Amino acid sequence: MAADTFEFTMPSLGADMDEGKLVEWLVKPGDEVAKGDIVAVVETAKSTIEVECFHPGVVDKLIVEPGTTVPVGAPLATMSSGRATEPSRPAAVPAESTPATPAPGPVAGDRPPVAGPLIRRLASQLGVDLSAVHGTGHDGAITRADVRRAASRQPEPAPGPQPPPPPAGVRISPFAQQLADKLGVDLATVTGTGRAGAIRAEDVRAAAERKPTEPAAAAERAEPTEQPAPVSRKEAATDRNEAMRQVTARLMARSKREIPHYYLRTTVDVTDTLAWVRERNRELPITERILPAGLFLRATALAATEVPALNGYWQDDAFVPSPTVNLGLPVSLRGGGLITPAIADAAQLDLADLAVKMRDLATRAKAGRLRGSELTGATITVTNLGELGVELVYGVIYPPQVALVGIGKIVERPWAVDGELRVRSIVTITLSADHRATDGATGARFLSALSRALNQPERM
Amino acid sequence: MTTIEITYREAMRAAIRDALLRDDRVFLMGEDVGRYGGCFAVSLGLLEEFGPERIRDTPLSESAFVGAGIGAALGGKRPIVEIMTVNFSLLALDQILNNAATLLHMSGGQFNVPLVIRMTTGAGRQLAAQHSHSLEGWYAHIPGIRIVAPATLEDAQGMLWTALRDPDPVLIFEHGSLYQMKGTLDNGEIRPVDIDRAAVRRPGRDVTVITYGGTLGTCLRAAEELASDGVDVEVVDLRTLRPLDDATVLDSVTRTHRAVIVDEGWRSGSLSAEISARIIEQAFYDLDAPVERVCSAEVPMPYAKHLEDAAIPQPADVVSAVRRVVGDGS
Amino acid sequence: MTRDEAHAAMRDALRQVAPDADFDTLPPETSLRDDLELDSLDFENLVVQLSERAGTRIDEDAYPQLTTVGGCVDYLAGLQTAR
Repeated sequence: MAADTFEFTMPSLGADMDEGKLVEWLVKPGDEVAKGDIVAVVETAKSTIEVECFHPGVVDKLIVEPGTTVPVGAPLATMSSGRATEPSRPAAVPAESTPATPAPGPVAGDRPPVAGPLIRRLASQLGVDLSAVHGTGHDGAITRADVRRAASRQPEPAPGPQPPPPPAGVRISPFAQQLADKLGVDLATVTGTGRAGAIRAEDVRAAAERKPTEPAAAAERAEPTEQPAPVSRKEAATDRNEAMRQVTARLMARSKREIPHYYLRTTVDVTDTLAWVRERNRELPITERILPAGLFLRATALAATEVPALNGYWQDDAFVPSPTVNLGLPVSLRGGGLITPAIADAAQLDLADLAVKMRDLATRAKAGRLRGSELTGATITVTNLGELGVELVYGVIYPPQVALVGIGKIVERPWAVDGELRVRSIVTITLSADHRATDGATGARFLSALSRALNQPERM
Repeated sequence: MTTIEITYREAMRAAIRDALLRDDRVFLMGEDVGRYGGCFAVSLGLLEEFGPERIRDTPLSESAFVGAGIGAALGGKRPIVEIMTVNFSLLALDQILNNAATLLHMSGGQFNVPLVIRMTTGAGRQLAAQHSHSLEGWYAHIPGIRIVAPATLEDAQGMLWTALRDPDPVLIFEHGSLYQMKGTLDNGEIRPVDIDRAAVRRPGRDVTVITYGGTLGTCLRAAEELASDGVDVEVVDLRTLRPLDDATVLDSVTRTHRAVIVDEGWRSGSLSAEISARIIEQAFYDLDAPVERVCSAEVPMPYAKHLEDAAIPQPADVVSAVRRVVGDGS
Repeated sequence: MTRDEAHAAMRDALRQVAPDADFDTLPPETSLRDDLELDSLDFENLVVQLSERAGTRIDEDAYPQLTTVGGCVDYLAGLQTAR
């Protein structure tokens, strides 16, 4: 039986991802992979992600070498779906004798993005680096729309003592472009010596050779196993922060450009709920304690189930509801930056499970050990700035989601209860919602459901 | 095997003689090919050896004797028709384009035309604007005929027999400046050569210079000069102008990433334009510099020596073009 | 738990949740939340680490004592006397 072959491609780990760097292979040719197995580690502008393969099969060939950055959708490896279709090896040959890693060499499937001269001209006019553009046209060709979209996401040039970005309209030969992609050379660092300052192949090669002597660039390219000098690591972290800043900038700018936000807020007395949690926590193992953050997640999941119009995506001018509630959980990284993993099907997790899941995700997010599937698919996001002392959050929606819940600080306030003035624990919860998808009345029902759930912890 | 010293003219004559000996259907006709020995002395002595039936002088009417050649080919002969220069061939263009190139198609495959037409092309001998043009690019535009341009002694001697074996019309363009070219060949049987493939005449790493016919020598001289500057030039001789051997050209360009096309024809609408287009179509992403062309000035070919020299590709022109594509950006 | 043991336990625990912080240079009044920027999850993880090292359960009632680096060390050292 002939095995069907298929390609394992660079996954899109979020709406803001155009490309990713393959950091490490966790499989080798000949390995059998089950659905959901982690096969590679990929670095995005935001984080290092463990990427799963969602089709069972056998790894045929690793196309992309570690350290290579490729656009989303580029093939990383070829796999065959048939099991045990390889002719069995002679018994005398131990499996270990087969080469574990492919010989280094030119990367086979590493095609440059396909872009015609008009597209290149447009890109150069708009100052768009085509190597960073994901083509949506035929055979992955880059269309004018792709270039315009990329242009609208262009970050402002970073101020400060950074080398200046290449001037708009920089010329580069097609072969040099291809070589730069292959060698991982950032064209902003290349000085063209061709006619009218055009970048040619030898300029790219020279830049590639110069690289190891430049600390920042070297750290960027360093093998994961190497111990980079402390200075380099720090500069690499700075690069990472800048990249993450740019990614967040693009996504949030898109949100505010495209999404007509409306904001609602409600104030909830959580005194009794917190007392209930304290009691329960006395009985729970220390690692399973319920945090207030977990309460808010659970309440949001319940509210989103009750009001599904806020749970899903705005796509192609229409709302597409999601059958499951996948909670986006923004996690601030130590040293700066933000990453937003998702808790899949959160409505099916009870308070205790949700607390465990949240703790696990947040811990791994900070350690840079998230899986690819955990970064995508959020259908509604809960942002909790209360811990930082903020009483009220007016959040920005993550496109293409249509709602974001903001949790403020739990504060003690004088509060009227049953006609008497008492000191109560109060939290202000906001809803940022996409007015294209819903109206204020829907948002109001959602906040009301959320408050109700918070006040009935025993039913969570 | 011993070698002999021989000129391009003698190699061509030896090829005709060989064909006449091999196949009695072969005959040569054209203006002054018999008693005068050919206007470039290619057929000198053949009348004496083969007689007036097979070495036929014709009236000064290109249309008539090319038409007669087509008729003879249709009738089972294997005629070699000589036209003095490509400029005069225009008088026979109707026969070549409307008859020779089309009869196989229009007869539904019933009548093929196994005709060979030889003619002189190109400038460089102060023959002025009615005897010096390079119009082979025009002929290479026409489906139904094959166009070859022998640029070496081996091709001058070896292409004719292969052309005669072709069931369809073949036009052989002999550059006028090549007839005096001297070299050595094996002394023995004439060796037929293919008329399908381009040939790498000089291997190199840095840039591909693509040319044919009379400018092959120009390019090889330029390559020598550039080699002393450390620029390693690969020279591709097209040999066959129709159908073009894309594979050899592209294989070279994808290795060197740079291309210069040298064509003695005028630049606009030329064979060089066609080759450039094919490189862009098929090797765009492998190019490290824009394609350069070196062609003749777009003027009727001047008579005055210094003006003629200025009008046609010279080694210095090729050197500058190569320097532009591999050069320092100045 | 001796004071030295408490110091060591706090140093180890902090390395897990805030690897960028250098315990030995931190003054005792360093705030876990404001200076070290631990969020509630980080803090919870710190408590788990401290519990393991102290070999005892740390309940939420103790949290008010655990707001600074020095407070944590004092609390851990105090556990020993209680035991």
